Amino acid sequence: MAISITLNNREETFDTDSLNIDQLLKMKNYTFKMMVVKINGNLVKRPQYAEAQIKEGDDVMILHLISGG
Amino acid sequence: MNFEEIKKVLQTKTIGIAGCGGLGSNCAVALARTGIGKLIIADFDVVEESNLNRQYYFHHQIGQKKVESLKVNIKLINPNAQVEAHHIRLDETSIAKIYKNCDVVVEAFDTSEMKLLIIETMAEGLPNKPLVLGVGMAGWGDNNSIKCRNHENLYICGDEEKEITEDLPPLAPRVGIVANMQANTVLEILLGSA
Repeated sequence: MAISITLNNREETFDTDSLNIDQLLKMKNYTFKMMVVKINGNLVKRPQYAEAQIKEGDDVMILHLISGG
Repeated sequence: MNFEEIKKVLQTKTIGIAGCGGLGSNCAVALARTGIGKLIIADFDVVEESNLNRQYYFHHQIGQKKVESLKVNIKLINPNAQVEAHHIRLDETSIAKIYKNCDVVVEAFDTSEMKLLIIETMAEGLPNKPLVLGVGMAGWGDNNSIKCRNHENLYICGDEEKEITEDLPPLAPRVGIVANMQANTVLEILLGSA
C-alpha cells in the first residue's frame, strides 16, 4: 500500500499502510526544533503528532521556524 | 491601477505589525510609503546601537521605545498614515485583541518561539486572517534562496533555512529584502496580482 499526499504544495507518495505526523517527519528526515504542521488547514500541535493520521489525498504543510527578524 | 487608485484602496486598510525590529520597522515604513491607512505596531523593546545595522531607526533614537520612534519615523515620511503604537510584550491575549480588526497581520518577531506563538494564537482566535511570516534571512548573499510561498492564510517569506548565529548575523540587505517582500505580499493580498 502507498499513501499519496500533497506536502508543502508538492505531490509525494509514501510506501506505507498508515501515516501519522511522527512517521512523516521520520521519513522526510525532518528534525526541526520549532515547526508548524497543518493537515488540510488544521493546526496539529506537537503532542498530537503521533495520533494525527494522514490520509490519502491530504494536504500537509510543514514549516520549519527559524529565529531572525 | 495607477498610484492614485492604489492609494485609494490602501487608505481604507489596517495592517498589524507584530514586532518592530529589522522586519517590522522596514516593513511598516514600506507600507506607510505606499499609503496604507493605518498601521498597528507593537514591541516591548527600546532602540539599541546594535539595531542600527538593519532596523529603521536613527542614532539619536538610541534608548527610546521602538514603537514611539517608529511612529515618529513613519509620520516624517507619510503624515497621513495613522499609527497605533503598543509598547508591550505580545502574548496570546494581546495578539488576539490588538490585531482583531486588521486586514492583514505581519509577523516580525526575532525568535522562533514567538513566530510559533503568533501562528498558533491566530489559528485559534483569528483563523482566516492573512498572516505574513518572515522565516530565514540571516547572513548575506544568496539572493535566489529568498522566496515566498502561500498555504491558506499563511504567507511565508524568506529562505526558510538560514538561522541567526554568531557567524551568520542579521544584516540590513537580507533582512530588508524579506521585510520588503512581506510588505509586497501585503499589497498583493489587498490589491490582487499586478
